[in-house]
Amino acid sequence: MSADIISTVEFNYSGDLLATGDKGGRVVIFQREQENKSRPHSRGEYNVYSTFQSHEPEFDYLKSLEIEEKINKIRWLPQQNAAHFLLSTNDKTIKLWKISERDKRAEGYNLKDEDGRLRDPFRITALRVPKLKPMDLMVEASPRRIFANAHTYHINSISVNSDHETYLSADDLRINLWHLEITDRSFNIVDIKPVNMEELTEVITAAEFHPHQCNVFVYSSSKGTVRLCDMRSSALCDRHSKFFEEPEDPSSRSFFSEIISSISDVKFSHSGRYMMTRDYLSVKVWDLNMESRPVETHQVHEYLRSKLCSLYENDCIFDKFECCWSGSDSAIMTGSYNNFFRMFDRNTRRDVTLEASRENSKPRASLKPRKVCTGGKRKKDEISVDSLDFNKKILHTAWHPAENIIAVAATNNLYIFQDKVN
Amino acid sequence: MFARGLKRKSAEDGEDVEGGLAGAQAMPSYSLQRQSLLDMSLVKLQLCHMLVEPNLCRSVLIANTVRQIQEEMAQDGTWRVVAPQAAGRAPLDRLVSTDILCRSVREQEGERPAPDAGDGHTPDLVPGLATVPSAQALRNPQSSLWEVDSSRENRGGFQKSLDQIFETLENKTSGSVEELFADVDSSYYDLDAVLTGMVGSTQSGHGSGLQAFSPATAAPPSSSCRSDLGELDHAVEILVET
Repeated sequence: MSADIISTVEFNYSGDLLATGDKGGRVVIFQREQENKSRPHSRGEYNVYSTFQSHEPEFDYLKSLEIEEKINKIRWLPQQNAAHFLLSTNDKTIKLWKISERDKRAEGYNLKDEDGRLRDPFRITALRVPKLKPMDLMVEASPRRIFANAHTYHINSISVNSDHETYLSADDLRINLWHLEITDRSFNIVDIKPVNMEELTEVITAAEFHPHQCNVFVYSSSKGTVRLCDMRSSALCDRHSKFFEEPEDPSSRSFFSEIISSISDVKFSHSGRYMMTRDYLSVKVWDLNMESRPVETHQVHEYLRSKLCSLYENDCIFDKFECCWSGSDSAIMTGSYNNFFRMFDRNTRRDVTLEASRENSKPRASLKPRKVCTGGKRKKDEISVDSLDFNKKILHTAWHPAENIIAVAATNNLYIFQDKVN
Repeated sequence: MFARGLKRKSAEDGEDVEGGLAGAQAMPSYSLQRQSLLDMSLVKLQLCHMLVEPNLCRSVLIANTVRQIQEEMAQDGTWRVVAPQAAGRAPLDRLVSTDILCRSVREQEGERPAPDAGDGHTPDLVPGLATVPSAQALRNPQSSLWEVDSSRENRGGFQKSLDQIFETLENKTSGSVEELFADVDSSYYDLDAVLTGMVGSTQSGHGSGLQAFSPATAAPPSSSCRSDLGELDHAVEILVET
């Protein structure tokens, strides 16, 4: 069922809630169960908390185009009261959703019966104070703001600012700044659209606010570059403050060099000192103070380099993989094909390939590391490159902000893994 | 290697492809593979031209790849004779082994027909060479010779077809939103606009600060529409070719 394909995964700031968005425009929120001594196995299990339809398909009659309801990104707002807020976006429209709990209801109204029928005023002879009675927990999601009509091209990113009042939305050619309270106006802060579209050779692929400096954001491009912008320098941030690009290795240049250098995701570290970029074959960690080259490069699936033409033909070369940091920034994770995902420990320099699959792992069993055989003799338990299933791609992963719990989206299945306890 | 269920096409068709190839298992030459890549890319671009909502990033990357191949071919200055039946086949039917294309330039230098110094992707196109013939060969199975046309116009025509794809994409993705905050560049008027009567528009100059939505008027059709029917016909043929 293609509408169930998960298109985004995101933990909230505490990690107690995990939101997923899918191709059908639905948002499903999971909540972590409280620790329960009598049921030690359910410690930290995530169960469905709320499900709602965020976006519906629309039809643009003027252009004769359908606007997909697929949720491209979800970003949580920091929690300020009992309710939870998140932003969800499809290609064109961003919505602010309020998720709140209701566990009490009022009984004993004066003007209406318990079934809601209005009482005849002449029959009311005495006044009473309604009493609050407990009820089964109900979780309601309601749209509080709709931010529409500001993007000509497809929105690929949203990012909440550290000021908790503004956020940015980025499409292929422009980035807009919004105030969370104001829906009828947005400020354009980046515009790379050429006057003549025939001169277009580069698009924006991702954007994010700095986690602590509310005037700083970055955006990545299809040419493998990242620009860091400071909103204090000018209202329109077409001039970057920093420009991150690794010089190309001329000895490895091919017709596919540009395509595989296109950055599919950019993420600041929690510390704000580093940022990570994902291109088709690798993940790179950059020190914000050094623009000339990354400080770390991790190969995700280098064995695909000799298969680029086939991957170009079947369009896999255009797959957009995301990446994420662990809570302490000591590890990074990203997905690959065949339901494999990769984790890199930055301190020990070790990496591991794991698989998200029901057939190959039992619940509560440790995941077995996987290995792809690149040539020569295939050892037992290794899988050869030609046997990889390129339909099983892990594009979206998320890491709990504080603990070693990860969420991995494999097509229409969500896997949650955590460190083994005792 | 491919999505499961999809048969992998092998290079066994090698003997049909080029008259000069000796054995069925001979590795196709670099220029043949490069041509195959170009054909594939053109098909991809046209496919996304027909899609409802083309993915702009993908289109840009493919178009850049086409330009790269184009430039390299122009530098090489080689145009090969292609057997009619091969030219007439849909490019995906004869997927050739693409190992060579994935190799680095250094490895390829020994195999390329006219090796260039180093990387050699200079922007200077050799004047007088047309890139159009590749599309024509695709389209016209009867032609057995690629035309080496000294007219710059034809090369511009191919370039224009690429650009028109973008302009069409732009028009497909613009619309009511664009009208809200764009002025109209009336000096540029693309094929689609001519055909469908839609108004092309481009982003206005940047506001210095707050940029609220402002109403824009649609411009009347520009009087500087290209009147070169030859170019127009040619571009239409490329865009609508099946």
